[in-house]
Amino acid sequence: MKPIPKRRRFQFLSLIALNAYLPAWMKGEIYHGSLKGTCVPVLNCYSCPAAMGACPIGALQNSMATLKFNLSIDRYQFGLYVLGFFGAVGSLVGRLPCGWACPFGLLQELMYKIRTPKIRIPRFLSMGKYLILAVMVILLPLLLLDDFGMGQTWFCKWICPAGTLGAGVPLAILDPAIRARLGSLFAWKLSLAVIFLILMTLSKRPFCRAVCPLGAILGLFNRTSLWRMQVDGNKCTRCNLCQAHCPVDIRVYESPNSPECVRCLKCRDVCPYGAVEYRFLNKKRPEPEPYEA
Amino acid sequence: MNPGCSGRGEPMKRKAPWVLLAISLALFTAGLAMGEYGTVLEKAVSVCLSCIGIG
Repeated sequence: MKPIPKRRRFQFLSLIALNAYLPAWMKGEIYHGSLKGTCVPVLNCYSCPAAMGACPIGALQNSMATLKFNLSIDRYQFGLYVLGFFGAVGSLVGRLPCGWACPFGLLQELMYKIRTPKIRIPRFLSMGKYLILAVMVILLPLLLLDDFGMGQTWFCKWICPAGTLGAGVPLAILDPAIRARLGSLFAWKLSLAVIFLILMTLSKRPFCRAVCPLGAILGLFNRTSLWRMQVDGNKCTRCNLCQAHCPVDIRVYESPNSPECVRCLKCRDVCPYGAVEYRFLNKKRPEPEPYEA
Repeated sequence: MNPGCSGRGEPMKRKAPWVLLAISLALFTAGLAMGEYGTVLEKAVSVCLSCIGIG
């Protein structure tokens, strides 16, 4: 039996650490501790019963949706905590949490292992996540308000499959009161989640690449973050082995710090010429471990 | 060197992440000072009906 690669171990560890409140599964409720105001740099729905932290995309939408209402009652909150969180994570490591810690990224990578015909996602679809970020996460919650000046969390409500699979389905199973209230919206979200699950078997990380607003935000920092990917042009032969193993299907030698890169380091591990390396705080990191598939 | 490959000397770019990090930490701290942690906590400990797909 092959040993589990370091990154996969880290992904599972992250899944467990972010969802460590196991009593919730027995009680059919969610964790209510004071830690839960802490944003986590991955897509992990805060209504998942065992979730220990706050989804930053949910928190950002709530900040936008309540901005006008808060100002109307002289509560001056602008979502600076969440924006600062995005900026701090992004400027340190860019999109690295997507590759190493995101439970939904892990799910997509595991689903892709199912033997099906594989398809490539057209590159232009990667713009979809920026559109979703701008419209569903920022503009609609900020501008489409009810009589009280409150908006809605449009991305969570109409799209997010992490919420459906991590929170909706488990709570519907565990809590009869929630189960009794399910209707057409849940049917829509569940259908969408099933479509994403099917797409995950066909293509590499389709949600991360075309839809995820968190990936869109952190990806914007990839070119400037303290974590840097580098390709030595004298060693690189453009054999495309890096692209073949890349979970987001990029040619690393063309753009080592592409906004699409999730910094999983597979390219570094598989490169037979040692052309790919990374730096953090401008220090060169040690040589890679031998690659384990 | 292949056109897409990155070089080593990027002193101007290397200042950018530190500036961004400083601004971000300032925003983060200001948000904490304005009680935004409590607001996020308040939402996070309630069952999010939108996330589940109820309303």
